[in-house]
Amino acid sequence: MAGNPFPLDKQALLKAYRTMRTIREFEERLHVDFGRGDIPGFVHLYAGEEAAAAGIMMHLHDGDRIASTHRGHGHCIAKGVNVVEMMKEIYGRKGGACQGKGGSMHIADLSKGMMGANGILGAGAPLACGAALAAKFRGKGEVAVSFVGDGASNQGTFLESLNLAAVWNLPAIFVVENNGYAESTSRDYAVAVDSYVDRAAGFGIPGVTVDGTDFFATYEAAGEIVKRAREGGGPSLLECKMVRFFGHFEGDAQTYRGKGELEDIRANKDCIRKFAVRAVNAGVVTHGELELIERDARELIERAVKEAKAAPQPTAADLLTDVYVKY
Amino acid sequence: MARKISMKQAINEALDQEMTRDPSVIVMGEDIVGGAGAGGERDAWGGVLGVTKGLYAKHGDRLLDTPLSESAYIGAAIGAACCGMRPVAELMFIDFMGVCFDQIYNQAAKFRYMFGGKAETPVVIRTMVGAGFRAAAQHSQMLTPLFAHIPGLKVVCPATPYDTKGLLIQSIRDNDPVIFCEHKNLYGLEGDVPPTPYTIPLGEANVVREGKSCSIVTYGLMVHRATEAATALAKEGVDCEVVDLRTLSPLDIDTVIESVEKTGRLVCVDEANPRCSIAADVSAQVAQRAFDSLTAQIEMVTAPHTPVPFSPVLEDLYIPSAGQIADAVRRTMKGGRQ
Repeated sequence: MAGNPFPLDKQALLKAYRTMRTIREFEERLHVDFGRGDIPGFVHLYAGEEAAAAGIMMHLHDGDRIASTHRGHGHCIAKGVNVVEMMKEIYGRKGGACQGKGGSMHIADLSKGMMGANGILGAGAPLACGAALAAKFRGKGEVAVSFVGDGASNQGTFLESLNLAAVWNLPAIFVVENNGYAESTSRDYAVAVDSYVDRAAGFGIPGVTVDGTDFFATYEAAGEIVKRAREGGGPSLLECKMVRFFGHFEGDAQTYRGKGELEDIRANKDCIRKFAVRAVNAGVVTHGELELIERDARELIERAVKEAKAAPQPTAADLLTDVYVKY
Repeated sequence: MARKISMKQAINEALDQEMTRDPSVIVMGEDIVGGAGAGGERDAWGGVLGVTKGLYAKHGDRLLDTPLSESAYIGAAIGAACCGMRPVAELMFIDFMGVCFDQIYNQAAKFRYMFGGKAETPVVIRTMVGAGFRAAAQHSQMLTPLFAHIPGLKVVCPATPYDTKGLLIQSIRDNDPVIFCEHKNLYGLEGDVPPTPYTIPLGEANVVREGKSCSIVTYGLMVHRATEAATALAKEGVDCEVVDLRTLSPLDIDTVIESVEKTGRLVCVDEANPRCSIAADVSAQVAQRAFDSLTAQIEMVTAPHTPVPFSPVLEDLYIPSAGQIADAVRRTMKGGRQ
């Protein structure tokens, strides 16, 4: 057997696989449960995009902050938010990550550096600048990562944040998760430049584009960018070209997709399958090891759903609490 | 020993003392130092009206000049507040809130509730309010009701240098987001201010003049117009009580109700436009909670339902005057059950 060709040891590879597989199981299960009518509200699934969350978050610690998007479940899981509490939150239950008051679009766990999924597109970028500013004042080498989709990459908040981060030389990383669609509108229609590297250049910051379905490419690019930010080298932009396995939201019939498009991306651009094939073919991990992780992930999600359904509903008393620290 | 300083100096002193006391307090805004990156004087402006002048020399890089980019830097102040800092962001004019409103009402205001009580966002957004500067429709508004409407925000609008210093220090130490509204026409007003730091609790109104005939409830610049009206009315034998709300959220409705229970009459004065104003809110709450104490109709004096005009003649007509307030008191004194 040749040596390990990857920049991660076996344990880290299995950890990455566990993160991605947990996200996939979580999202596939939500797809089913939402379709059954078990889950209230809006749900936006991250399935297909797992390599970005895992590849980037493996470089972060709890002290590093991320500002997520409406499609935030994957970021939460990869940043270490408790999966059972997440599920309870999505079911709107007490004991959820936000006591049932936030829901899918607002899961946060500040103790894990997860500043919140966000229902407002592009709103996380200024917040990440603030987190990066706080990190700069603290001087411990912490960084902040802002995620946006290709859609929100057109928001003024995002573009202003690129400028502010450059002007203040913040340890901020702007990740554009380009899944090709802003809701139903294609990226090619809505983004005026072909390359996000060019857009980053317009703000005087380095930009990199990677195949976001390739965990290893994402991991390596993110590693360099995070290292630069930690060392005081300032902000960067990372574009991950990726695919979205489900619709914009659950219930989206996706009639805007081309013929055979979904079948093609499921068959050929599945980041988890690509990861598994490479890791197994290189002889670093075995099918059996991956299957054990898959089983663990399925069991975890099954338990999460069971606990979420059994968790108590909030009561009328909960309606009025936690608006203010003190009022 | 108190000595007389201006409201502008009171703000500067509050910021200076809090920055000295607490290293997590940072101050950011457009031109708050001034001359960043230019060849001339540093601290060239100290804010567009010089409020933060001199702080840079003492606190250096904890004052951050920002690009003209309100969404980004107000959002950054909010984000930093979630991460252990205690930022005071200056948004030059409250009229600019529209540019960055999402960061305030969908982000800062919501975090604590939306995240199940886990978040604290100790940010202060200082901003100039009010008309009278001949600055026209986009630099003169009294938008306090917009913010008082939003659960999760606190809204302060002081009328005196003393209250300004105590309320600003309290706002900086407060763990919720505070919109701190400074009336630009009061910046030059001088008053007694103790040199040492002190706080005034948020949500406590102040009875600035006691009276038995009619309660005038207001805030900001209008406190002075109301007091002027009360002085004129005293000569007619009408003894007005003037209540300065000071904080609009939380609103000290109990002090207002106590006053109305004593006087039986209420005039609400608000420099904001009339619909859904602080005046309308206070009037409704009093009508609901103290109906039996009222001996006559509630009167309201507000700006008209128009933008702020530029013409000095029109702008003077736009801003509620002491004369209009006195007339409203006379109306309610004539009305109702005698």
